[in-house]
Amino acid sequence: MTDTHDTTHADDHGLGHVLPPKLLVGTFVALLVLTVLTVVTGKMNLFGFDLAVAMVIATVKASLVAMIFMHLRWDRPFNGLVFLISILFVGMFLAFAVVDVGAYQVDIKNYQIENPVELKEGAAAGGADAGH
Amino acid sequence: MSHQADAHAGGEHPEHLAHHFESVEQQFDTAKFGMWTFLLTEVMFFSVLFVAYAVYRANHADAFQFASQFLDTNLGAVNTVVLLLSSLTAAWAVRCAQLGNRKGIMINLAVTVLCACGFMGIKYEEYSHKYHEGLLWGGADHSIFKADPADVLDEVKHGHVEGELSIWEEHEIAKLQPEFKRQVGIFFGIYFCLTGLHGIHVLIGIGLMLWLLWRTSRNHFGPANFTAVDLGALYWHLVDLIWIFLFPLLYLIS
Repeated sequence: MTDTHDTTHADDHGLGHVLPPKLLVGTFVALLVLTVLTVVTGKMNLFGFDLAVAMVIATVKASLVAMIFMHLRWDRPFNGLVFLISILFVGMFLAFAVVDVGAYQVDIKNYQIENPVELKEGAAAGGADAGH
Repeated sequence: MSHQADAHAGGEHPEHLAHHFESVEQQFDTAKFGMWTFLLTEVMFFSVLFVAYAVYRANHADAFQFASQFLDTNLGAVNTVVLLLSSLTAAWAVRCAQLGNRKGIMINLAVTVLCACGFMGIKYEEYSHKYHEGLLWGGADHSIFKADPADVLDEVKHGHVEGELSIWEEHEIAKLQPEFKRQVGIFFGIYFCLTGLHGIHVLIGIGLMLWLLWRTSRNHFGPANFTAVDLGALYWHLVDLIWIFLFPLLYLIS
Protein backbone atom coordinates (compact mmCIF):
# COMPACT_ATOMS: atom_id res chain seq x y z
CA MET A 1 0.00 0.00 0.00
CA THR A 2 2.83 2.37 0.73
CA ASP A 3 3.91 2.14 -2.90
CA THR A 4 0.82 4.07 -3.90
CA HIS A 5 1.95 6.98 -1.79
CA ASP A 6 3.24 10.14 -3.29
CA THR A 7 6.97 9.63 -2.75
CA THR A 8 8.10 13.16 -3.48
CA HIS A 9 8.16 13.88 0.25
CA ALA A 10 10.76 11.77 1.94
CA ASP A 11 9.51 12.35 5.47
CA ASP A 12 5.80 11.68 5.25
CA HIS A 13 5.70 7.95 4.52
CA GLY A 14 4.84 7.25 8.13
CA LEU A 15 1.60 9.28 8.15
CA GLY A 16 -1.12 6.82 8.96
CA HIS A 17 -2.10 3.54 7.41
CA VAL A 18 -4.03 3.38 4.14
CA LEU A 19 -6.98 1.02 4.29
CA PRO A 20 -7.32 -1.22 1.22
CA PRO A 21 -10.79 -1.16 -0.42
CA LYS A 22 -11.31 -4.88 0.22
CA LEU A 23 -10.89 -4.39 3.96
CA LEU A 24 -13.17 -1.33 3.95
CA VAL A 25 -15.98 -3.12 2.14
CA GLY A 26 -15.41 -6.35 4.08
CA THR A 27 -15.75 -4.50 7.38
CA PHE A 28 -18.92 -2.78 6.16
CA VAL A 29 -20.46 -6.12 5.12
CA ALA A 30 -19.54 -7.66 8.48
CA LEU A 31 -21.22 -4.71 10.23
CA LEU A 32 -24.37 -5.18 8.11
CA VAL A 33 -24.50 -8.91 8.91
CA LEU A 34 -24.12 -8.14 12.62
CA THR A 35 -26.91 -5.55 12.39
CA VAL A 36 -29.25 -8.15 10.87
CA LEU A 37 -28.15 -10.58 13.59
CA THR A 38 -28.93 -8.11 16.37
CA VAL A 39 -32.41 -7.41 14.92
CA VAL A 40 -33.16 -11.13 14.55
CA THR A 41 -31.90 -12.06 18.04
CA GLY A 42 -33.63 -8.99 19.44
CA LYS A 43 -36.99 -10.35 18.29
CA MET A 44 -36.36 -13.82 19.67
CA ASN A 45 -36.89 -14.95 23.22
CA LEU A 46 -33.42 -15.75 24.52
CA PHE A 47 -34.49 -16.64 28.04
CA GLY A 48 -33.14 -13.62 29.82
CA PHE A 49 -29.93 -13.37 27.81
CA ASP A 50 -31.40 -10.90 25.31
CA LEU A 51 -29.57 -7.89 26.71
CA ALA A 52 -26.28 -9.79 27.06
CA VAL A 53 -26.45 -11.07 23.47
CA ALA A 54 -27.37 -7.61 22.12
CA MET A 55 -24.47 -6.03 24.03
CA VAL A 56 -21.98 -8.66 22.85
CA ILE A 57 -23.00 -8.05 19.22
CA ALA A 58 -22.84 -4.27 19.71
CA THR A 59 -19.37 -4.59 21.27
CA VAL A 60 -18.12 -6.68 18.34
CA LYS A 61 -19.53 -4.07 15.92
CA ALA A 62 -17.96 -1.24 17.91
CA SER A 63 -14.61 -3.06 17.93
CA LEU A 64 -14.72 -3.44 14.15
CA VAL A 65 -15.39 0.27 13.72
CA ALA A 66 -12.71 1.27 16.23
CA MET A 67 -10.00 -1.15 15.09
CA ILE A 68 -10.44 -0.81 11.33
CA PHE A 69 -12.41 2.32 10.35
CA MET A 70 -10.73 4.32 13.11
CA HIS A 71 -7.33 2.78 12.29
CA LEU A 72 -6.64 1.81 15.91
CA ARG A 73 -5.07 -1.47 14.80
CA TRP A 74 -2.31 0.40 12.99
CA ASP A 75 -2.30 3.53 15.10
CA ARG A 76 0.03 4.46 17.94
CA PRO A 77 -0.88 2.15 20.84
CA PHE A 78 -1.19 5.16 23.11
CA ASN A 79 -4.28 6.38 21.20
CA GLY A 80 -5.85 2.96 21.72
CA LEU A 81 -4.97 3.20 25.40
CA VAL A 82 -6.78 6.55 25.65
CA PHE A 83 -9.86 4.99 24.08
CA LEU A 84 -9.63 1.94 26.38
CA ILE A 85 -9.42 4.22 29.40
CA SER A 86 -12.65 5.93 28.34
CA ILE A 87 -14.37 2.54 28.09
CA LEU A 88 -12.89 1.54 31.44
CA PHE A 89 -14.47 4.64 33.00
CA VAL A 90 -17.85 3.87 31.42
CA GLY A 91 -17.60 0.38 32.91
CA MET A 92 -16.73 1.86 36.27
CA PHE A 93 -19.65 4.31 36.21
CA LEU A 94 -22.04 1.52 35.22
CA ALA A 95 -20.66 -0.87 37.84
CA PHE A 96 -21.04 1.67 40.65
CA ALA A 97 -24.54 2.56 39.47
CA VAL A 98 -25.60 -1.09 39.31
CA VAL A 99 -24.16 -1.78 42.78
CA ASP A 100 -26.08 1.26 44.03
CA VAL A 101 -29.32 0.06 42.45
CA GLY A 102 -28.81 -3.32 44.11
CA ALA A 103 -28.17 -1.73 47.49
CA TYR A 104 -31.46 0.20 47.39
CA GLN A 105 -33.67 -2.69 46.28
CA VAL A 106 -34.93 -3.28 49.82
CA ASP A 107 -35.99 0.37 50.16
CA ILE A 108 -37.69 0.28 46.75
CA LYS A 109 -39.64 -2.88 47.68
CA ASN A 110 -40.68 -1.31 51.00
CA TYR A 111 -41.80 1.85 49.23
CA GLN A 112 -43.91 -0.18 46.85
CA ILE A 113 -45.50 -2.07 49.73
CA GLU A 114 -46.19 1.12 51.67
CA ASN A 115 -47.53 2.94 48.58
CA PRO A 116 -49.58 0.35 46.74
CA VAL A 117 -50.84 1.40 43.33
CA GLU A 118 -54.52 0.86 42.72
CA LEU A 119 -55.05 -1.54 39.90
CA LYS A 120 -57.61 -0.44 37.39
CA GLU A 121 -59.63 -2.91 35.41
CA GLY A 122 -57.86 -4.32 32.41
CA ALA A 123 -54.51 -2.90 33.43
CA ALA A 124 -52.83 -6.15 32.51
CA ALA A 125 -50.07 -4.50 30.54
CA GLY A 126 -48.96 -2.48 33.52
CA GLY A 127 -49.68 -4.99 36.23
CA ALA A 128 -46.40 -6.81 36.16
CA ASP A 129 -44.48 -4.61 38.55
CA ALA A 130 -47.32 -3.80 40.90
CA GLY A 131 -46.60 -3.97 44.59
CA HIS A 132 -48.54 -7.16 45.18
CA MET B 1 10.84 32.51 10.64
CA SER B 2 14.15 31.65 9.06
CA HIS B 3 15.86 30.90 12.34
CA GLN B 4 13.04 28.49 13.16
CA ALA B 5 13.38 26.75 9.86
CA ASP B 6 17.07 26.22 10.57
CA ALA B 7 16.12 24.10 13.52
CA HIS B 8 14.74 21.46 11.20
CA ALA B 9 17.24 18.86 10.24
CA GLY B 10 16.55 19.02 6.53
CA GLY B 11 16.75 22.77 6.43
CA GLU B 12 13.72 22.71 4.12
CA HIS B 13 10.42 23.57 5.73
CA PRO B 14 7.46 21.39 4.71
CA GLU B 15 4.52 23.47 3.57
CA HIS B 16 1.99 22.46 6.23
CA LEU B 17 4.35 22.10 9.17
CA ALA B 18 3.69 24.48 12.05
CA HIS B 19 6.79 25.96 13.60
CA HIS B 20 6.38 24.40 17.00
CA PHE B 21 6.66 20.85 15.64
CA GLU B 22 9.81 18.93 14.85
CA SER B 23 8.39 17.06 11.89
CA VAL B 24 5.21 16.49 9.91
CA GLU B 25 4.90 13.12 11.58
CA GLN B 26 5.09 14.62 15.06
CA GLN B 27 2.49 17.21 14.07
CA PHE B 28 0.18 14.49 12.77
CA ASP B 29 0.62 12.30 15.86
CA THR B 30 -0.02 15.24 18.15
CA ALA B 31 -3.23 16.19 16.34
CA LYS B 32 -4.40 12.61 16.43
CA PHE B 33 -3.64 12.23 20.12
CA GLY B 34 -5.59 15.43 20.77
CA MET B 35 -8.53 14.04 18.83
CA TRP B 36 -8.52 10.77 20.75
CA THR B 37 -8.47 12.73 24.01
CA PHE B 38 -11.49 14.67 22.79
CA LEU B 39 -13.23 11.42 21.86
CA LEU B 40 -12.54 10.22 25.41
CA THR B 41 -14.45 13.22 26.77
CA GLU B 42 -17.27 12.49 24.31
CA VAL B 43 -17.56 8.92 25.57
CA MET B 44 -17.68 10.26 29.14
CA PHE B 45 -20.32 12.77 28.07
CA PHE B 46 -22.63 10.06 26.73
CA SER B 47 -21.83 7.61 29.52
CA VAL B 48 -23.86 9.69 31.98
CA LEU B 49 -27.01 9.10 29.97
CA PHE B 50 -26.17 5.42 29.55
CA VAL B 51 -25.87 5.16 33.34
CA ALA B 52 -29.28 6.84 33.74
CA TYR B 53 -30.63 4.31 31.26
CA ALA B 54 -29.05 1.38 33.15
CA VAL B 55 -30.40 2.51 36.52
CA TYR B 56 -33.96 3.03 35.29
CA ARG B 57 -34.00 -0.14 33.24
CA ALA B 58 -32.68 -2.16 36.19
CA ASN B 59 -35.49 -0.83 38.38
CA HIS B 60 -38.31 -0.75 35.84
CA ALA B 61 -37.54 -3.46 33.31
CA ASP B 62 -41.18 -4.06 32.36
CA ALA B 63 -41.91 -0.36 31.84
CA PHE B 64 -38.95 -0.21 29.43
CA GLN B 65 -40.16 -3.29 27.61
CA PHE B 66 -43.65 -1.82 27.32
CA ALA B 67 -42.34 1.55 26.12
CA SER B 68 -40.01 0.03 23.54
CA GLN B 69 -43.00 -1.24 21.51
CA PHE B 70 -43.73 2.37 20.54
CA LEU B 71 -40.38 2.62 18.75
CA ASP B 72 -40.27 1.48 15.14
CA THR B 73 -37.58 -1.22 14.94
CA ASN B 74 -37.50 -1.05 11.14
CA LEU B 75 -36.79 2.68 11.10
CA GLY B 76 -34.12 2.17 13.75
CA ALA B 77 -32.53 -0.64 11.72
CA VAL B 78 -32.59 1.44 8.52
CA ASN B 79 -30.93 4.29 10.39
CA THR B 80 -28.26 1.90 11.66
CA VAL B 81 -27.48 0.80 8.10
CA VAL B 82 -27.46 4.42 6.89
CA LEU B 83 -24.95 5.37 9.59
CA LEU B 84 -22.77 2.32 8.88
CA LEU B 85 -22.69 3.26 5.20
CA SER B 86 -21.71 6.83 6.09
CA SER B 87 -18.94 5.44 8.30
CA LEU B 88 -17.65 3.40 5.36
CA THR B 89 -17.56 6.46 3.09
CA ALA B 90 -15.93 8.55 5.84
CA ALA B 91 -13.16 5.93 6.16
CA TRP B 92 -12.90 5.84 2.37
CA ALA B 93 -12.56 9.60 2.21
CA VAL B 94 -9.53 9.30 4.50
CA ARG B 95 -8.05 6.67 2.16
CA CYS B 96 -8.61 8.97 -0.82
CA ALA B 97 -7.01 11.88 1.04
CA GLN B 98 -3.99 9.74 1.90
CA LEU B 99 -3.63 8.81 -1.76
CA GLY B 100 -4.18 12.36 -2.96
CA ASN B 101 -7.38 11.48 -4.84
CA ARG B 102 -9.30 14.75 -4.56
CA LYS B 103 -12.35 13.61 -6.53
CA GLY B 104 -12.54 10.53 -4.31
CA ILE B 105 -12.59 12.65 -1.16
CA MET B 106 -15.37 14.82 -2.60
CA ILE B 107 -17.57 11.85 -3.58
CA ASN B 108 -17.09 10.02 -0.28
CA LEU B 109 -17.68 13.11 1.85
CA ALA B 110 -20.78 13.96 -0.19
CA VAL B 111 -22.20 10.46 0.36
CA THR B 112 -21.40 10.79 4.07
CA VAL B 113 -23.31 14.08 4.24
CA LEU B 114 -26.25 12.59 2.31
CA CYS B 115 -26.40 9.62 4.67
CA ALA B 116 -26.24 11.93 7.67
CA CYS B 117 -29.13 13.98 6.26
CA GLY B 118 -31.04 10.76 5.60
CA PHE B 119 -30.48 9.74 9.18
CA MET B 120 -31.81 13.07 10.44
CA GLY B 121 -34.79 12.82 8.05
CA ILE B 122 -35.78 9.45 9.49
CA LYS B 123 -35.18 10.78 12.99
CA TYR B 124 -37.49 13.73 12.21
CA GLU B 125 -40.13 11.30 10.98
CA GLU B 126 -39.87 9.34 14.23
CA TYR B 127 -39.90 12.42 16.45
CA SER B 128 -42.91 14.04 14.73
CA HIS B 129 -44.85 10.78 14.95
CA LYS B 130 -44.14 10.59 18.69
CA TYR B 131 -45.02 14.24 19.14
CA HIS B 132 -48.42 13.84 17.47
CA GLU B 133 -49.20 10.67 19.38
CA GLY B 134 -48.17 12.27 22.66
CA LEU B 135 -45.45 9.67 23.22
CA LEU B 136 -43.36 12.07 25.28
CA TRP B 137 -41.79 12.31 28.71
CA GLY B 138 -44.34 12.54 31.48
CA GLY B 139 -43.80 16.23 32.16
CA ALA B 140 -44.36 17.32 28.55
CA ASP B 141 -47.43 19.44 27.87
CA HIS B 142 -49.35 16.85 25.94
CA SER B 143 -47.74 13.62 26.98
CA ILE B 144 -50.10 10.67 27.20
CA PHE B 145 -48.02 9.39 30.07
CA LYS B 146 -49.39 11.86 32.55
CA ALA B 147 -50.18 10.16 35.81
CA ASP B 148 -53.90 10.97 35.80
CA PRO B 149 -55.92 9.16 33.09
CA ALA B 150 -58.34 12.08 33.01
CA ASP B 151 -55.48 14.35 31.93
CA VAL B 152 -54.68 12.06 29.03
CA LEU B 153 -58.28 12.07 27.83
CA ASP B 154 -58.23 15.85 28.19
CA GLU B 155 -55.32 16.02 25.78
CA VAL B 156 -57.22 13.93 23.26
CA LYS B 157 -60.39 16.00 23.74
CA HIS B 158 -58.51 19.21 23.01
CA GLY B 159 -56.96 17.67 19.95
CA HIS B 160 -53.42 17.87 21.26
CA VAL B 161 -53.00 14.17 20.75
CA GLU B 162 -54.25 12.49 17.61
CA GLY B 163 -56.94 9.83 17.74
CA GLU B 164 -60.63 9.44 18.44
CA LEU B 165 -61.68 9.89 22.02
CA SER B 166 -63.60 6.62 21.99
CA ILE B 167 -60.44 4.77 20.98
CA TRP B 168 -58.41 6.46 23.68
CA GLU B 169 -60.92 5.66 26.39
CA GLU B 170 -60.43 2.02 25.52
CA HIS B 171 -56.70 2.41 24.88
CA GLU B 172 -54.41 0.42 27.06
CA ILE B 173 -52.39 3.51 27.96
CA ALA B 174 -55.45 5.19 29.45
CA LYS B 175 -55.91 2.14 31.64
CA LEU B 176 -52.34 1.86 32.88
CA GLN B 177 -51.60 2.51 36.51
CA PRO B 178 -50.32 6.02 37.18
CA GLU B 179 -47.03 4.75 38.60
CA PHE B 180 -46.40 2.54 35.56
CA LYS B 181 -47.21 5.40 33.22
CA ARG B 182 -44.76 7.61 35.09
CA GLN B 183 -42.07 5.01 34.50
CA VAL B 184 -42.90 4.75 30.79
CA GLY B 185 -42.69 8.54 30.70
CA ILE B 186 -39.19 8.31 32.17
CA PHE B 187 -38.22 5.89 29.40
CA PHE B 188 -39.26 8.49 26.84
CA GLY B 189 -37.35 11.15 28.75
CA ILE B 190 -34.20 9.02 28.47
CA TYR B 191 -35.01 8.15 24.86
CA PHE B 192 -35.27 11.80 23.83
CA CYS B 193 -32.15 12.80 25.77
CA LEU B 194 -30.02 10.01 24.30
CA THR B 195 -31.24 10.25 20.69
CA GLY B 196 -31.43 14.04 20.92
CA LEU B 197 -27.84 14.39 22.09
CA HIS B 198 -26.80 11.90 19.43
CA GLY B 199 -28.81 13.85 16.83
CA ILE B 200 -27.01 17.07 17.78
CA HIS B 201 -23.74 15.22 17.18
CA VAL B 202 -24.98 14.14 13.75
CA LEU B 203 -25.85 17.76 12.92
CA ILE B 204 -22.38 18.90 14.02
CA GLY B 205 -20.95 16.08 11.91
CA ILE B 206 -22.85 17.34 8.86
CA GLY B 207 -21.36 20.80 9.38
CA LEU B 208 -17.91 19.27 9.79
CA MET B 209 -18.22 17.22 6.58
CA LEU B 210 -19.44 20.26 4.64
CA TRP B 211 -16.44 22.23 5.92
CA LEU B 212 -14.13 19.39 4.82
CA LEU B 213 -15.87 19.33 1.42
CA TRP B 214 -15.29 23.05 1.03
CA ARG B 215 -11.62 22.68 1.97
CA THR B 216 -11.24 19.74 -0.41
CA SER B 217 -12.71 21.81 -3.22
CA ARG B 218 -10.01 24.37 -2.51
CA ASN B 219 -7.42 21.64 -2.80
CA HIS B 220 -6.31 21.84 0.82
CA PHE B 221 -5.65 18.14 1.29
CA GLY B 222 -3.08 15.71 0.00
CA PRO B 223 -0.94 12.77 1.08
CA ALA B 224 1.20 15.06 3.23
CA ASN B 225 -1.70 16.95 4.72
CA PHE B 226 -4.90 15.05 5.42
CA THR B 227 -5.10 15.48 9.20
CA ALA B 228 -8.42 17.37 9.10
CA VAL B 229 -10.09 14.66 7.02
CA ASP B 230 -8.69 11.97 9.30
CA LEU B 231 -9.87 13.67 12.49
CA GLY B 232 -13.28 14.54 11.01
CA ALA B 233 -13.73 10.88 10.10
CA LEU B 234 -12.72 9.84 13.63
CA TYR B 235 -15.45 12.08 15.03
CA TRP B 236 -17.97 10.64 12.60
CA HIS B 237 -17.03 7.06 13.52
CA LEU B 238 -17.63 7.86 17.18
CA VAL B 239 -21.12 9.12 16.36
CA ASP B 240 -21.67 5.80 14.59
CA LEU B 241 -20.23 3.87 17.56
CA ILE B 242 -22.68 5.46 19.95
CA TRP B 243 -25.63 4.65 17.69
CA ILE B 244 -24.46 1.02 17.50
CA PHE B 245 -25.21 0.82 21.23
CA LEU B 246 -28.30 3.05 21.22
CA PHE B 247 -30.13 0.98 18.63
CA PRO B 248 -30.41 -2.34 20.55
CA LEU B 249 -30.77 -0.57 23.92
CA LEU B 250 -33.75 1.53 22.85
CA TYR B 251 -35.43 -0.30 19.99
CA LEU B 252 -34.83 -3.95 20.82
CA ILE B 253 -36.07 -4.48 24.36
CA SER B 254 -37.80 -7.82 24.54
